[in-house]
Order: sequence, then C-alpha cells, then structure tokens
Amino acid sequence: MKAKGRIIIEQDKCKGCDLCTHYCPVNILELDTSTTNALGYTPLKVTDPDKCIACSFCAMMCPDGVITVERYNK
Amino acid sequence: MKGNEAMALAAIKGGCDAFFGYPITPQNELPEYLSKHMKENGRVFVQAESEVAAINMVYGAGGSGARVLTSSSSPGIALKQEGISYLAGSEVPCVIINVMRGGPGLGGIQPAQSDYMQITRGGGNGDYHTLAFAPENLQETVDIIKESFTLADEFRNPVMIAADGLLGQMMEPVDMDRESNVKKAPEKPWAASGESGKRGHRNKIVSLFLDPNDLEDHNLKLQKKYTRMKEEQQRYELIQTDDAEIVFVAYGSMARIARSAIEILREKGVKVGMIRPISIWPFPEKAFDNLPKSVHTLLTLEMSLGQMIEDVKIVNQGRYTIDFGVRTGGVVPEPEESGSKVLSMKEGVK
Amino acid sequence: MDTTTVYKPGKGLTDRKLSYCPGCTHGIIHKLVGEVLEEKNLIDNAIGVASVGCSVMSYEFFNCDMHQAAHGRAPAVATGAKRVKPDKTVFTYQGDGDLASIGLAEIVHAAHRGENITVIFVNNAIYGMTGGQMAPTTLIGQKTTTSPFGREKSQAGEPLRISELLATVPGATYLERVSVHDPKHVKKAKKAIEKAFDVQEKKQGFSLIEFISTCPVQWGIQPYEATRWAVDNMIPYYPLGVFKDNTGGEKDE
Repeated sequence: MKAKGRIIIEQDKCKGCDLCTHYCPVNILELDTSTTNALGYTPLKVTDPDKCIACSFCAMMCPDGVITVERYNK
Repeated sequence: MKGNEAMALAAIKGGCDAFFGYPITPQNELPEYLSKHMKENGRVFVQAESEVAAINMVYGAGGSGARVLTSSSSPGIALKQEGISYLAGSEVPCVIINVMRGGPGLGGIQPAQSDYMQITRGGGNGDYHTLAFAPENLQETVDIIKESFTLADEFRNPVMIAADGLLGQMMEPVDMDRESNVKKAPEKPWAASGESGKRGHRNKIVSLFLDPNDLEDHNLKLQKKYTRMKEEQQRYELIQTDDAEIVFVAYGSMARIARSAIEILREKGVKVGMIRPISIWPFPEKAFDNLPKSVHTLLTLEMSLGQMIEDVKIVNQGRYTIDFGVRTGGVVPEPEESGSKVLSMKEGVK
Repeated sequence: MDTTTVYKPGKGLTDRKLSYCPGCTHGIIHKLVGEVLEEKNLIDNAIGVASVGCSVMSYEFFNCDMHQAAHGRAPAVATGAKRVKPDKTVFTYQGDGDLASIGLAEIVHAAHRGENITVIFVNNAIYGMTGGQMAPTTLIGQKTTTSPFGREKSQAGEPLRISELLATVPGATYLERVSVHDPKHVKKAKKAIEKAFDVQEKKQGFSLIEFISTCPVQWGIQPYEATRWAVDNMIPYYPLGVFKDNTGGEKDE
C-alpha cells in the first residue's frame, strides 16, 4: 500500500500527551517508549508510514502544533 | 461653573480621549457632563457597570494608547485599587479624580479628607505610588486636571486628583483656558495599539513577572520613576510663614478654612502661617526645610482623624512640636475652631 | 519527493512553547484562534486580552498586541481597548473561573452593551491553574478540591450555563457552544470562531464562542479519556449549538 502522504513531527515539541494516537484512522501512531525527548516526554512516532492517508486528524488534534502534514503529489 | 462640571471640562481641555465611570455621590455631575460633551467632541464615554469595570476599561483604553479618565468618590476609589495597582505595575498612564467623602465603608456623602492613607500609601497591592494632588480651589483643580494627562503620559503612571466634596459641589468663577503645563499626547511606542504587523513586533501590557529576579528588576525600574517624582513634583504653597511661630499644615478645602483662621488669628496678633501641600504624593518635604527660627509648632488640620499627620511627623524629624486639629465624618470645621485651637495652644506654651 | 503541505502550524501563534499540560485542549483552541486570525488577515491588527487562569500566559502565545487583565476583568479591558481602537480586532481569552465566577458582571455587561468584541470562553468545569477547585461550571456530583464529596445542589447550586444565560442579554449578537473532542468537532469549532470574528468585522456586535474543554490533570485522567468524559458528562449538560444569532441570517455552507 502506497502512502498518500506523510507527517513530520517536531520531536522536541511533543509532550507525549497521546491524544493524536487515538484519532489516527489507520492506527499508525504510537508513543515511542524507547526514548525521551528534550522536554522529558515520550514523543510520537509513526509505526507504518506506508499507510499514512494524510488526513491531518493527528495534526488537528495536537495541542502543541507538533505535526506538519504533507501530501504526495501524483 | 459647578466644581464637578469644571473638572469634567478641564479633562477635555487636558486631552482626555475617553472617560469610563460610574455614578456615586458627590461626583455625578462629572460623568453627566462628560456623557454629553465627550460625544460632542468625538470622544469616548462609557458608563460602566461598576467602579471595578470602569478602572479596567481605563486599563484597556490607556494600555492601547489613549488618554483616559475615571472619576469616583472614596468608596468607589476603594473598589478601583486593584485596577490602579495593575495600571501602575504595567506602566499605563491614566487620571483618576477622587471627589472625597466620609468613610469608612459607605460612610457619608459629605466632604472629608479621610482617603489620604488610601491615596498615598498605595491602596492596592505592591510597591507602587500614585502621583496625587490635592487642590484647594476650583481654579487650581482645573489647572491640575488639565496638566494631569501630560504628567500621566510623562511618567506612565496613574495620577490622582484628590478633590474633596466641597470642591465638587461649589460654584466658583474659573478661567478654563488659563495657561498650564499641558502638552499634546506623545508617541506611545509601548502601547498595545493593535499594530503588531506594522510595528514589526508585539506590544504587551503586563504586570506579571513570574521570575522573582525579573519582578525585582521591574520594581527597581518603577522606583526610579517615583524617585524622579519626589525630586520634580513636590508642590506646596507657603502662606505667611516668614515670621510665623505656629504653622498650620493643611490641604484642600481644609486649607481654605485655615486661611480664614489665619486672618482671624493675625488680627489678634498671633503669628500663624501655613504650609499647604498641593502634592500629597510626593509629600512636599522641601516645604519644611527652610522655615524661620521663629517656628516652634506645626499644627496639622485635617478633615479626618489624622492621616497626613503621619507624613508631617516623618518629615519633621523632631524639629518642631506637632499638634493637630481634626473633624471627621464629613463635618466641615469652622475657622473659629482652628482659631481657638491655636489660642489654647498658645496658652499652653506660655 | 514532490509534496504539498496540507497542514502546518501557522503564524497566528508565536514560537513560544505552550505552557499548558500535555493533552490540554487550550492548545487546540489557541491553534484555531491563531489560524482564523491569520487566515482572515486580522492578526496584524489584533489586540488580545489575556485573563487569569491556566491561560494567563496567553499574552506570550497569540502573535499580536496583548493586554494581561486582572481576574474576570478581561471584557472590561477589551471594552476600553475597542472603544478607543474601534477598527482593531479585539478579543478576550478566558476560562470558566475567570468568566463565570469573578467576571460574571463584566461579561454580562459587555454583552449587554453590545461591545463589538469576540470572547473565546474555555469551559473545563474546574479551576485548573490553582489546583482543581470547584467552578460555577463544575457538574453536580463532580469531585474537586473544594467539593471533595461532589458538587451538591443545595450548597453550591447547579452549574451555570453561560451561553444560555448570555442569550437572554439583548446586546449579545452571536453565541455558540462547540467542542474540540475530535477532528469533526474541531472543524466545526474553527467555523464558529470564523463566524465570531466575522461578526466583529461586520460590526454586528458581541460574539462569544464557548468551548467544552478538558482538564486532564485536575480531572485526574489521561487526555484521551478526558475527551471521552467531556462527551459523556459535559455535553449532555452543556449542549452544543448556536444559542443566539442576530446576524440576519447569513448561513454557513
């Protein structure tokens, strides 16, 4: 499955609040428990980028403006 | 003109752009006059829902760069203290007219001078001062109100005009256009005027400094202004002090009454004079520095139970004997009362 | 890679890191207000009024001139600013403790006078910043630090519905209650903010948007659970919708 787009995460702004992960329609968002970011939080990671549909739900729900969404042009 | 109306017109002539106020006896003619005349002059008038709201409207309008006025009387001024503290802390200029009446609490509606502490000792929280003047007659009141907008802008600080109820209600001839230190409003590059795009940076009107070091720095900066006020804005009048033995200290309407007392006493051969503070913050210390050797007693006269007397004691530094004559509750003393007080003092001294 | 950016943080907010707790809906609401002001080209001529509460620092986050008002007084401060700068976009940003408790007189009277300002009202049914005390909007039975046995009607009355209350005030022009608990509602909330600033631009009077919001930390639950709690408990009591629209019938698509 080819990704429709991708998200860019500003890792060191993420507060690991876990809101966005609940809204991803294709369930590819997860907090990366293997690491801690500069703010001391568990930041976001994309588990399966190929499934991204660039719906922007994660970005819309993010309280801290951490996510930029890009769509691939055909 | 009636005092309150003259004060209102003086504000217009001083450059007042906006008035926010609330009804309270004995100053109602002031907002009533402005409700008509501000509109005629294309300026802003709002009767707010409370004195609290009014002072916050002042904060908003002044913070956005306008010359602003509010007026009230003692209990209403008490309500404004939070707002005045914010104005001082954020360095927003404004003028506040306090047409004083008896207290505490609802008190009375007759004139009094029992707000001295409220005015000069802060009133609101924090280390700040309000530049405060206590005029004696309508002409002086009008001149000072006109000037107060210029002073407020110069110091970026609240300025209070403490006029007791007598001044508000009396009818006296006034020259509304007499020369006084009125300057046009300066540029206000600090104002939150809604021009962040054009200006290239944002302006913030803030009194919050969470870091204690920042707050201390801010307070030290404010103190520099107050030091300058103390140096430049002490205002007073000396009346017949050159050969005086007893010197009245009185301000506002009390000083007018004291003048009559001086005349009565001088006719009796009593050598009495007066220091009349015009600024009550900063208190005119300088007035007390060059009194002649003949002076032995300072007699403070107040329409309160003795508030200014504390400042007199501080500046006196033990030089002279201090005595006082007081009436409170809105009772306006007769000149004879001060006179007999002095005469009984003289007996005592003998 | 050939890409088109479809969503990115805008210039309506400054670069400052938001001081809110992780998952707090203040962040979402700030973002929406910032986006609307930027997209409508109002941000450069805006004057915002920060209040007192968790959002006290909002004067650092909105990318425009800001006043920081005393607790509850923002509508009065905004009145002062708008009266002397009528061509600027003036808005307040207030929580429920600020607006519905100490500030009730100021908000009612600003609406009453029909002040041409926009109020962003963030309702999370609690005093967040001061540690989770009961607010006028706290629900019956809701436990807070000053209602440890749950809010009781006989002691504290029933919660205050601000949008409904202000709808009875003649001067209020546009009042809508929205939520930000999922993307669909976030989109609707943004439209409501657009409408509110439209009302101001067209000089149609007073507008207020009430946001059903969460407070994960003081409610004691995770951010996502907090959104569910808001849906299950707050929205039934504080229904979403338009409570007043005196704009003369211009409908959204």
